[in-house]
This record gives sequence, structure tokens and C-alpha cells, in this order.
Amino acid sequence: MAAAPPLIKLSGISFSYPGGKPLFKGLDLELRAGERLGLSGPNGAGKTTLFHLIVGLLKPAAGAIEAFGSPLKNESDFVAARRRIGLLFQDADDQLFSPTVLEDVAFGPLNLGKTPAEAREAATRTLALLGLQGFEERPIHHLSGGEKKLVSLATLLAMEPEVLLLDEPTNGLDDKTKANFLDILQRLEISFIIISHELDFLEQSARTIYALAEGRILSDDQITLHRHVHAHPHGSLPHHHHD
Amino acid sequence: MLPEPLPLPDSPFRRIDPRLRIVTAVLFSFAVALASEWAALGAGFGCAWLAIILCGLSPWRVLKRIAPAFGFILFLWAVLPLTVPGPALLRLGPLPLSAPGIALAGGITLKAAAILPAITLLIGTLPVATIGHALQRLRVPEKLVYLLLFCYRYIFVIEEEYRRLERAARLRSFRPGTNLHTYRTYAYLIAMLFLRAALRADQVHRAMLCRGFHGRFHTLEEIRFRATDRYWALALAIPPGIVTALQWLLLHP
Repeated sequence: MAAAPPLIKLSGISFSYPGGKPLFKGLDLELRAGERLGLSGPNGAGKTTLFHLIVGLLKPAAGAIEAFGSPLKNESDFVAARRRIGLLFQDADDQLFSPTVLEDVAFGPLNLGKTPAEAREAATRTLALLGLQGFEERPIHHLSGGEKKLVSLATLLAMEPEVLLLDEPTNGLDDKTKANFLDILQRLEISFIIISHELDFLEQSARTIYALAEGRILSDDQITLHRHVHAHPHGSLPHHHHD
Repeated sequence: MLPEPLPLPDSPFRRIDPRLRIVTAVLFSFAVALASEWAALGAGFGCAWLAIILCGLSPWRVLKRIAPAFGFILFLWAVLPLTVPGPALLRLGPLPLSAPGIALAGGITLKAAAILPAITLLIGTLPVATIGHALQRLRVPEKLVYLLLFCYRYIFVIEEEYRRLERAARLRSFRPGTNLHTYRTYAYLIAMLFLRAALRADQVHRAMLCRGFHGRFHTLEEIRFRATDRYWALALAIPPGIVTALQWLLLHP
């Protein structure tokens, strides 16, 4: 039996912003079903740009993008792929634009052609899945940063994506909210690529960690995660680390 | 901060088609604004406040909500009696207060005191999202409706961005004064705000595309005109009807 095609495959991608120096030079990346990929990299390495290339918000200068076994060439290919790929934006205020939580979560399902009743049902179910029962009628601008992040995730999950692209999901979240977010990620059975500069979080959420550097993806054996020093609130007390 | 909708106690009135409430508010406002006879204005005033009491809304809260508008009206009272030509009704020391001036200011006050509570009751108690959908179903151009909804959503984000910029300026010892440096700083600040709003709009559009947006908005709310709404339509037509009828009868005796 032939192996299933990768969910997402980038080969030989080159990209540069107008007037900027080349961001990617012959970048390759593959996400297979069931995989949880972490991507680290310094500021300006093009992590967000990479995601925007995958969903076709930006177009590469060279290279090929494939999703679910078929090449993505023109806008209509990308439109079809976006239904199955959920992209979590770095700033939740970009993602959430409706007056209330319920409407925002129902926006995607409605776009997929569901009836208002079905969309409402999908939205309510997704909110409950994330522990956000009772948030339906809340105005978005009354939510805290952590709540906004979870609602953003709900807007994606309501569309039942097969792949999640998470752009710095823990930015600006406190430890407790971060732990909650991690817990939810681990319960989901969706393949994802997560980008973050927080290696601690990547180690906990992803199975494989790559680094984005010099316009290419460096794999595990090239980056060797090896750190001993860390800080947390119990630094002076005896404690265990999960091993 | 934008005010939240006033909580309206549950009643049959609360469940009527929101479109009906918007249409009534528009008709009533026009009827009262165009009326000139005291009896017609008085009837409009009476209808509005009677409806508020009947619907169980606290008149005190309505009054607090509309109070800022009366600041403008106070200004009219300060100006109109002194500036509208006509015979003096009263004298305030050496200043004559003209009768037509006082009548004009009184008329405007009564109109405001009738229209503002009516709008507060009919529209101010609806969630903004519902107002948007009702307008959409009333065939108000989609662009205007979404302008309203996006404003409601992003005015807080933009306010927050403004505060951040202003705080950053103040932390670097910026003290506003009457000088070129202050004007230039505020100009930069506002320019930055516009720039950020534009960038934000771009990102929001991208996020919408990622969730399958293709140029058309779908709504979740199902607004229906039910059988009982027909009776409500008749009932809601009474106040604007009374005001218009009185005005017409008194003008054409």
C-alpha cells in the first residue's frame, strides 16, 4: 500500500518581500498526517510569512505548494485548501471581528454553506469543547487576552479543519492560560504546525521541532535542543522535572 | 466607551421583530421633528414616556442615558432667546428675551425630550448585532451595515492603540502644550493610528479569507415577521399617527 500523501508539502520555496533581501531560498517542509510540528526561529526569520504562503495569502517567487495530495496553483485551489487548513493569527483582534462570540465562531461554518441553525449548533458545540460555555453572547471586546485566543481557536475548530497552523499562540498569555491552551492542543486529534520562539512551549506541544534559519528549515539533528538553564516560580525549592 | 444596550425586561414587546422597532423609531422621529404645534409635540412627549413606563424600563436610567444631549439644548437656551428677533417676553436686567426665541428653544427641547427616549426604548435596547441584521433585512446597503458592525468591534481596539501610543509618548516626558512640538507629536500620533488601522484592516481581511470569506456575509440571526407582529405594527403606528394627525388638524382647522 502506498503511503498517504503528506497533508502539506512545500518544495523549493523562494520568497522575498519587495525591496527586501530573500527570506526563503529553496525551502522544503512536509507535514504528514498525525504529525505535530514545532517551528522555532528568530524574529524576522519569516515564520508568519511561511504560514501565509501555505494558505496562499502570499505567493512564492519559486517552488511548489501541495496540500492533501494536490498542487495548489491558482486562487481557487487555495480557496479549497483553506477550508481544510485553520490558520490561527498571532493577534486575536485580527481574527475576531464579529460583535459577539457566537457570530464569530459561526462565521466560518456559514461560509462553508451551513444553514444558520447548523452553524449555530457547530459554534455552540465547539465553544463547549473548549470550556467556553456561556460565552456565546459576550461582546468580543469584553474578553481577556486568553479568552480571545481560545475563541480564535474555536473559530477555526468550528470549521473542522484537518490541519492547524498556529502562529505564536502563546504570545502574551500568562502561565495558567498557556497550560490550558497546551492541554487543549494535546486533546485535539488534528495535525498541526506551531510556530513559537518559546522553546519550552514547543517541547511540550510538538513531537518534532525544526528551526527556521537562513531561509531554510533545519531539522532535529541540525539544531540539537540542549538546554539546562531555565527559570520558574519554584526556583529555590526542591522540585522534580518530568523526564 | 460605547454604551451597552439598556437591559429591557422580558415582555411581548421585547420579542417583536426588530425591524418593526427600527421603522417605528424612524417614523416617530420624523413625525415629531416635523411637527410644530404644541399639542402634537406634547402628545409625542407623552407617548414616548408612557411607552417607556409600560415596557418596564426605568425612566431614570433613560434620562441618564440621554442627558448628554441636553448639554447642547442648554446652549440653545443660552443663545436663542437673545438672538431670535421678536417682542420681548421677559427682561433679564438690560437683556430682552424674545418670545419667538423662547418658543423655538422650548419646541426643540420638547422634540428632543420625545425623540431621544423613543429611540432609546426602540433601538437603544437592541444588541448592535441585531440592529445590523435588522438593517440588512431592511435593505440598507450592506457596506453601511458592515461599517456599523466593524466600527462597533474595532473602536475599542483602536482606542487601546491610541492609549498605548499616548502612554509611550508621555513616558518619554512628552507634555502637551500650545506649541509646534505638541501639534507635530499629535499629528504623528494620529498618522500612526491611521496607518495601524489600515494594517489591521489588511490582517482582518486575510483572517476572513482564511475562514472561507468570499465577499458575502451570512447572518446567524433569523429575523422573522410573525403573526403577532402584525398587531404590534398597528400598535406601534399609533404614536406617530397621533402626532401627525394632531399637527395636521391644528394646521388645517
